[in-house]
Amino acid sequence: MSDENRVPVLRITNLYKSFGALKATDGVSLDLYEGEIHALIGPNGAGKSTLIKQISGDYPSDKGSIEFLGKDLAGLGVADRAQAGLGRTFQISSLALEFSALRNVMLAVQAKSGSSFRFFKPVMKDQALIDGAMAKLEQVGLESRADIPAAELSHGERRQLEIAIALALKPKAFLLDEPMAGMGPEGSVKLTRFLDKLRHKAPILLVEHDMDAVFALADRISVLVYGQVVATGSVEEIRNNPVVREAYLGTEVV
Amino acid sequence: MVKLTKENSLNALVAMTLLVVPFIALAIDEPFYITLATRVAIFALAGVGLNLALGLGGLVSFGHAAFFGLGGYAAGILASHALNYEPIFTVPFEVNGTTEMLIIWLVAILVSGLAALFIGLFSLRTTGVYFIMITLAFAQMIYYFAISWPAYGGEDGLSIYVRNKFPGVNTLDPLSFFLIAFCVLMLAVLLVFVLKNSRFGAALQAARQNDERLSAVGIHPFNIRLTAFVVSAMITGLAGALYADLNRFVSPNMFSWHTSGEIMIFVILGGVGRMFGPIVGAALFILFEFVFGGLTEHWMLFLGLVLLVVVLFARGGLIGFITGKVRHE
Repeated sequence: MSDENRVPVLRITNLYKSFGALKATDGVSLDLYEGEIHALIGPNGAGKSTLIKQISGDYPSDKGSIEFLGKDLAGLGVADRAQAGLGRTFQISSLALEFSALRNVMLAVQAKSGSSFRFFKPVMKDQALIDGAMAKLEQVGLESRADIPAAELSHGERRQLEIAIALALKPKAFLLDEPMAGMGPEGSVKLTRFLDKLRHKAPILLVEHDMDAVFALADRISVLVYGQVVATGSVEEIRNNPVVREAYLGTEVV
Repeated sequence: MVKLTKENSLNALVAMTLLVVPFIALAIDEPFYITLATRVAIFALAGVGLNLALGLGGLVSFGHAAFFGLGGYAAGILASHALNYEPIFTVPFEVNGTTEMLIIWLVAILVSGLAALFIGLFSLRTTGVYFIMITLAFAQMIYYFAISWPAYGGEDGLSIYVRNKFPGVNTLDPLSFFLIAFCVLMLAVLLVFVLKNSRFGAALQAARQNDERLSAVGIHPFNIRLTAFVVSAMITGLAGALYADLNRFVSPNMFSWHTSGEIMIFVILGGVGRMFGPIVGAALFILFEFVFGGLTEHWMLFLGLVLLVVVLFARGGLIGFITGKVRHE
């Protein structure tokens, strides 16, 4: 898949992160190209979330580099990286719970469309903000729930709202941390179809436990075990890789 | 424009009541009540300032006395220099005091804003109980400084012999001075209301609800909070300047942690984040002081009981208790 002539949108080189004696990220190299879904799988505690948090800027890295659109992200915080074009969803939904679904998305539209240091015009009279946010809610099928406070949305709806917010940021790459978690079979199928199209807007680094979704969506899969990438390849290659089968998939899969 | 909700009706009632009290006082020839109403307006103004940080931004500042006091001392120092015909400093150029309220207010706002910028740069890197303690520590530092600085009265405070001037108004007339304080209060409430509904307000309220979410959309919570903290301090500083003029006296007590606690009580009693909450809170405070303060010096005990009930059973304060939960549109 990875064409040597193309420049990756996201390139992670030799990344390390330790918590005390625990090597959570142990020399990871990974890249993400335009138009693809690169799935990151691995057993619990393999370091997937740590890696995502290093990319998003929550954790500083001990060593190694993260290049995004040709620029090194070192020293940039979460907000800076989001501005640079990393659209991220959280493993556990992270929303402004008192705000309605619409206002949650409006916050992202606001961040994308200029300064938050505007003190006088009421946001609820800013039609561009409202329309922009509503369009994203429609894309994820949440428009009928626009006025409901995030706290009152169902678990699945919150997952959808997270994606609507990420969409509103018009990112250059998506970092999706288990978007299917707790969605239910019907929701997963819908979301799978949605992500399938989304990759053409911006490539997706997808952490996911739902193997049906991963195998249906991924252009490439990387398998993380004890903080190390033990294999990277196409769906077929990963399915048939004996190391992966032993370390992660077990014998009952496939 | 403004929807006729239960809360808006209550707000109008609160504002009208405060406005009417001094006129009734005048009619029944009890000018002391005018002073009480003026104190309510000024304390409420201090609370409106804190409410921006605490109510909208979730910043539990236990150091707003610093700004209240700085505003007060700005008024006191400027006026005392003007009345004694002594320049404040002569090097590198001469700066004289003034008895013009408008200039005094501007200085009070600038000084409190600068202090908040400095304090905020340190304290806003922390959250929760650490933030409370650091803001408290800064305010106490200024308190002890004020006590030990003899140039402006030290522990004894500083008297202003004549009330400062406001263009076209006889400020020594209690009713006129009340009306000045009341107008400033209403303008401050309007300012906080406008800020709340703006882009900045959206970001500030999101910072209170979920810091992580705000960062993830690309907005730096620290910058938003610092701005809110500075504006909040400016409003409270302005209240301090008015308070100095009301009493024609400033004392280091304005800086003490009691004052910070009282400002916080105004906000919590009335309803955290409710636009008119600080007015209700301050009114209740003054009412208790007046009614029970005549009976016992331990009148705070009664207020404490009310505060306890509000915190335990009415999280939206008295305004929230009457009008119900806020619903964001």
